Amino acid sequence: MRRWLMLLPLAIFLVVAVFLYRGLYLDPAELPSAMIGKPFPAFSLPAVQGDKTLTKADILGKPALVNVWGTWCVSCRVEHPVLNKLAEKGVVIYGINYKDVNADALKWLAEFHNPYQIDIRDDEGTLGLNLGVYGAPETFFIDAKGIIRDKFVGVIDEQVWREKLAAKYQALVDEAKP
Amino acid sequence: MKRWIAAAVLGLSLAGVAHAAIDTYEFAKEGDRERFRELTKELRCPKCQNQDIADSNAPIAADLRKEIFRMLGEGKDNQQIIDFMVDRYGDFVRYKPALNAKTALLWFGPAGLLLGGVVLIAVIVRRRRVQRADIPGTLSLDERERLDHLLDKTKND
Repeated sequence: MRRWLMLLPLAIFLVVAVFLYRGLYLDPAELPSAMIGKPFPAFSLPAVQGDKTLTKADILGKPALVNVWGTWCVSCRVEHPVLNKLAEKGVVIYGINYKDVNADALKWLAEFHNPYQIDIRDDEGTLGLNLGVYGAPETFFIDAKGIIRDKFVGVIDEQVWREKLAAKYQALVDEAKP
Repeated sequence: MKRWIAAAVLGLSLAGVAHAAIDTYEFAKEGDRERFRELTKELRCPKCQNQDIADSNAPIAADLRKEIFRMLGEGKDNQQIIDFMVDRYGDFVRYKPALNAKTALLWFGPAGLLLGGVVLIAVIVRRRRVQRADIPGTLSLDERERLDHLLDKTKND
């Protein structure tokens, strides 16, 4: 009994050490999204290019990435070429131009190429709010029925795509096949 | 002199922090102002973590304040407004987390640890007391006889 008690501080130390060690590698800015598993919120907003009004019906039917971006967002610029490459490979990407000036957005798309099949203009950030967006870039993975299946916060670079996200997207595509 | 300048600069920068995030809202009811203050204090800014949305200057915090103001105007109650935020940003946005299986440890952990400590101390104290009470009884019959004998001897001397 006494012997066993002597080991107790060591055991407590080990448990605390493991917790703290893990804590070193956790990113506190990474929040679990409350939206995963929920349907994409309904919206009725203009398109970035042209006068067309877009609604949720426009983004249904295919699994896709919904990328929240803005010209004010510095890291979006880093992400943009990667999105271009993905779009070239056939990945379906929709954009939400979040709290931006439309003229700037148009200029950006003309300058850096447009990877978005549909680009929603969310000047007021209402759709962003309903999606629980707290910064940009953020990327949502939706399935063909418009359910949010996953979310990635931060810049999608080639490594992140290869190691983490490609498989998730592929799973959604496979699922959509009859 | 240098030190004074440094102190003044530091003081000024602190003053800047204290004056963060002021926007003007006209409330229809006086009670709404108090509720607005309460809610913005209780909700955490998702971007600039560890600041509530009342004193954060992040654009998202301003948006959330605007949203809370709008919902107050619509006559929503506090629970509805908090649910709206939790639906979008998760339990994380609440400084006062809801009581559920995930947060039970958070709520009861400290009280549990305190209780454990009290029990541990009680056990240790009791054990010591029992040991002390045992001391007179630790002499065997033989030893006691010898002790009595010795005591008698000294008395007789």
